[in-house]
Amino acid sequence: MDITVQDRIRQEVTDAPVVLFMKGTPVFPQCGFSAAVVQILSHMGVKFKGVDVLSDPSVRQGIKEFSNWPTIPQLYVKGEFVGGCDIIREMFETGELKQMLEEKGVSVRA
Amino acid sequence: MAMDAAMIERLIKESLPDAQVSIEDLRGDGDHYAAHVVSGAFRGKSRVQQHQMVYQALRGRMGNELHALALQTSVPDE
Repeated sequence: MDITVQDRIRQEVTDAPVVLFMKGTPVFPQCGFSAAVVQILSHMGVKFKGVDVLSDPSVRQGIKEFSNWPTIPQLYVKGEFVGGCDIIREMFETGELKQMLEEKGVSVRA
Repeated sequence: MAMDAAMIERLIKESLPDAQVSIEDLRGDGDHYAAHVVSGAFRGKSRVQQHQMVYQALRGRMGNELHALALQTSVPDE
């Protein structure tokens, strides 16, 4: 059966509790904005799955449509779109990110 | 491809007429901006929804001609 990109993405966002669609990999981010989010999550000790959109052009375009969001990176927690780099940075600074992750049952280093 | 700040402001105000928009050209290259948009239309909306409203106003330019726009949105003070 042929599954569409949108179906694959729908599956991907719930594949792990925290999923980051990014350019490059968590170890080798290929873009400053993706690197910034990786750094925040790593700093908080949050385990996440990185999906490299550069390795699949259909996912790179598909995730933008799926989330109705024009840029990468995009963070999903428990299947729900949280935001891009600016929102994650702002939520990290205000402490909302930690609070939201804890509420959703994701372990965060104190 | 670059886009000038006045154009970004005009597009945002076309969709959100009450918006106060301040834009900073971060590198002076017409390609990396930081914008702060304040609008009553954001009231009751999540951050994601607020940013989506601004991206909608930019009609597909974000992520294309407009490479980097660091965005901050807020509701006017009562």
